[in-house]
Amino acid sequence: MLLDALLSFELLRNTFYTGLLVGFIAPLLGTFIVVRRLSLIADGLSHVTLAGIAFGLFMQKKYTLLFLTPFHTGIIFSIIGAIVIENLRSVYKAFQEIAIPITLSLGVGLSVVFIALADGINTDIFAYLFGSVAAVSRSDLYLILVTTGLVLLLIIFLYKELFALSFDEEFATVSGMRAKVIHYLFIIMTALVISASIRIVGVLLVSALMTLPVATAIRVAKSFKQTIIYSIIYGEVAVIVGLVSGYYLEIPPGGTIVITSAILLGLTLLVKKWYLAYIYKG
Amino acid sequence: MSNTLINVNDVTHRYDRHTVLENISFSVEEGAFVGLVGPNGSGKTTIIKLMLGLEKLQKGSIETFGKPIHKFTNKGHISFVSQKANSFNRGFPATAKEVVGMGLTSKLSLLRPTTKKLEHHIYEALDQVNMSEYANTNIGDLSGGQQQRIFIARSIVNKPRLLILDEPTVGVDTENVEQFYQLLSKLNDELGITLILVSHDIGSITTHVTDLLCLNKSIHYHGNPSDFENMTDEQRSKLYGHDMHTITHNH
Repeated sequence: MLLDALLSFELLRNTFYTGLLVGFIAPLLGTFIVVRRLSLIADGLSHVTLAGIAFGLFMQKKYTLLFLTPFHTGIIFSIIGAIVIENLRSVYKAFQEIAIPITLSLGVGLSVVFIALADGINTDIFAYLFGSVAAVSRSDLYLILVTTGLVLLLIIFLYKELFALSFDEEFATVSGMRAKVIHYLFIIMTALVISASIRIVGVLLVSALMTLPVATAIRVAKSFKQTIIYSIIYGEVAVIVGLVSGYYLEIPPGGTIVITSAILLGLTLLVKKWYLAYIYKG
Repeated sequence: MSNTLINVNDVTHRYDRHTVLENISFSVEEGAFVGLVGPNGSGKTTIIKLMLGLEKLQKGSIETFGKPIHKFTNKGHISFVSQKANSFNRGFPATAKEVVGMGLTSKLSLLRPTTKKLEHHIYEALDQVNMSEYANTNIGDLSGGQQQRIFIARSIVNKPRLLILDEPTVGVDTENVEQFYQLLSKLNDELGITLILVSHDIGSITTHVTDLLCLNKSIHYHGNPSDFENMTDEQRSKLYGHDMHTITHNH
């Protein structure tokens, strides 16, 4: 039974706690990412994070670093990647989206190099790519808890600013908001949430956890606040269903979580269509 | 006693080698409703951006509320409705109420007032633009004219002393334009908000504004709109610069 396993295996328990945390924080931040049309940034940053993880694995293997785990180097790379993206976006003002392929390909390139240097694909890398139900150590969990708390505080504190900047940057700037500082804080938060989510959903699917629940919520919500609340509900449902089914089916949870999200999206679209048809008819 | 809110002194501005503004000087007194008109490419948007601090001053000086522009921090004194208000993302999941609430942000700091008190300000602003009944409607579901009213509400919710509008009637259908100008006159008369309205259409704004400022790289006319109306077309085109197509006013 899953419950027995949860009670007796700490790693599994940590994974579930982490799942609940990222199921909350990823769609929350994702709402801002989607309305700012930055959905692809999550992909760019996750691949930079992979480079960091590969670097960590390489260092661990060759130089037995004790205090820096691949998880830590992933976070560091992700934050550096975030700053690079934001800088590139201000350099290429006319085509800001070019910042994403630049960082994404650099991330993949570095990952390939470090993975090769660390003697190729092994189970560790596999867990980072697709997620794992038993990858979260107690110290990782603490770090993810701190990250979640930090991001949550920042969003509560900067809610109005983030909302206004997402809707109309010029108006927000004229009103005296410090757009640049807030952009940097926002993208660094994104980097932190991505690093935290990778343990559960993996590098390749982390952006899905930030965007699919939001894509679903946007179809049914009437206001911005509702969009956030529904996104979090859809995110949590996907994480719980995905982790439980992943455990039983012995499939990396990244796959099951994303498929659950996609099913929720499909169902929501269908129900909405039927509902609208019913309203127009009746 | 009249109070100078904006003082622009000998401003010249270039983009690369192209001069867009040349030796511009004018001032805006508290309580005025200034119409800033000029053809496309006459530097209207540039001077607005300079006044708002969105563009860096190259030559000359601008004082806002008695302070040099680079020392002025906007704490809700100046608000802005841009021409781009019409090109926002229409799918953005926000209600009219939420959009108006964005205008309150500069008042909010660490100690934010309770939501109840905020709601009161938001409804007051919606009421002023006659949009209370649409408070919970999604912004994307409103018509162009209604959206622009919501953007006006957003810019007055913080009770600014000066409101700058850059071509706010772009995207508003013609029947609603006159109504829109009446709303602006009301804000000016009843709430005492000083207005600077940028437009390329001299015709329809002259009846509403108290001061008319014609800009085409340099200032060609600054004064009473009725004096401007009494001029002959020839005098006007002289003032306006010969490359300007004058829109005549039929009333």
